Amino acid sequence: MIKFTNVFKAFPKGGLALKDVSFHIAKGEFVFLTGHSGAGKSTVLKLVYAEEPVTSGEVRVSGFTLADARRRDIPKLRRRLGIVFQDFRLLEDRTAEENVAFALEVTGARRASIPARVMRVLTQVGLAAKAHAYPRELSGGEQQRVAIARALVNEPTVLLADEPTGNLDERATRGVFQLLRDINASGTAVVMATHDLDLVRQAPYRVIELQEGALVYDSAVDEPRDQAASP
Amino acid sequence: MNLVIREALLAFRRAPLLSALSVTTIAFSLFVVGLFGLVAVNLQQALRDVAERVEIVAYLLPGAPIETITLAEKDIEAFPEVQAAAYVSEDQALDRARAELVEFRDVLQELERNPLPASIEVKLKPRFRDVEHVNEVAERLRGFGFVDDVRFGRDWVANVDRLRQIAAAVGLVVGAAFAVVAIIIIGTTIRMAVLQRSREIAIMRLVGATDGFVRRPFLLQGALKGMLGGLAAVALSYGAYALINRWLIHAEFFSREQAVAIVGFGMLIGFFGSAASVGRHLRRI
Repeated sequence: MIKFTNVFKAFPKGGLALKDVSFHIAKGEFVFLTGHSGAGKSTVLKLVYAEEPVTSGEVRVSGFTLADARRRDIPKLRRRLGIVFQDFRLLEDRTAEENVAFALEVTGARRASIPARVMRVLTQVGLAAKAHAYPRELSGGEQQRVAIARALVNEPTVLLADEPTGNLDERATRGVFQLLRDINASGTAVVMATHDLDLVRQAPYRVIELQEGALVYDSAVDEPRDQAASP
Repeated sequence: MNLVIREALLAFRRAPLLSALSVTTIAFSLFVVGLFGLVAVNLQQALRDVAERVEIVAYLLPGAPIETITLAEKDIEAFPEVQAAAYVSEDQALDRARAELVEFRDVLQELERNPLPASIEVKLKPRFRDVEHVNEVAERLRGFGFVDDVRFGRDWVANVDRLRQIAAAVGLVVGAAFAVVAIIIIGTTIRMAVLQRSREIAIMRLVGATDGFVRRPFLLQGALKGMLGGLAAVALSYGAYALINRWLIHAEFFSREQAVAIVGFGMLIGFFGSAASVGRHLRRI
């Protein structure tokens, strides 16, 4: 599903953002990507959704090999992914419903099918009642739910979440995290970058830890955390 | 397709101020070009009117047989440069003089003998109304045995000629300069519109929109703004023309084709300006 093989990523101004990173994420897995800010979590995700090119090594995502992915293939790749950010990235001048519908419209979905699909995902994230609200009328947790609904509406095989709870209070964090777990339970792989270790400890999911661009721990391969020689 | 139209129109509603600014900028830029165009159109027209009067007159020797002259008239009309040749007899010349030279009417009335020669008046086709062709035709007219003298305003023709060349050169240079300035200004406003929506563009791309999908509403919107600006420019030019025509001098307005060309030029600038801005923006993200 997602496979990194000896991936290096150089910063444009020199230095390495990722050093020799290899891992494999299978279909339907839930993976935490952890590490301090600047450890390379976001870079891993950006490589996955082809926001940035790989410097060397190979990244394979859902059948695409990103080194030779042409620019016009990128939209096709992204339609198989759902992406969620810390800052939600909603369009302020569109309602929740329109924000979600937008993701279908840009991919050329059949117009007649759009309202029903939008309502289905909004119901799934628990926001059907606020379909006509604008982002500014919603709380942070609700905005993130809209963003998740938008990521889900194209029925992705993987949901990428870059610090999805970073801007949320504890209550909203729990809600959004539970939603991601539910999504995973229904078969969608979830890769969640976070530095919230409480959250990581709460769930028995696989953990990949990065430190200064290097993969220092992968719970699927390494010894359990307590005995691992990591700081 | 109607999604493209909806997105393009949505931009007007979402950023009415910036849209109005773009349209106004395009309108005034094209208005300046249009004003200059009006001057050019009127100058051309004035020069055409002057050139219309370029005429060659061949005065005939007295007593030339009318048959010969009629034949020669046919020959002259067959010259490739000649639009029309007209024979004016001595009597016609005198009548004309009496009618036109009112001050001398008494003198002309009392003449015992008509002192005026007969003549052939030759008018050239518009594209031959320049010094060389006038000279050439005059030379050929002198070759006829019954022609006494050939007259034409030599300096006059040369002046009109030079004026026409200057007008064309200045028109080309200044017109091009104005057009370039208009393109730059319009390009900048369109770029602002694109930058204003850069967040939206980024989001569109994240959810899997193709470059073409992102681009199309901008192109349509650019063309629409260009068209509105062009229409406004034509309206402004018409206002200026009406004022000048009323208070200053009699002037000509653009032909329908020229007005359409201004609007079309606005559309093209809007379209290609947007294409360039969005293209550059998309390459960067």
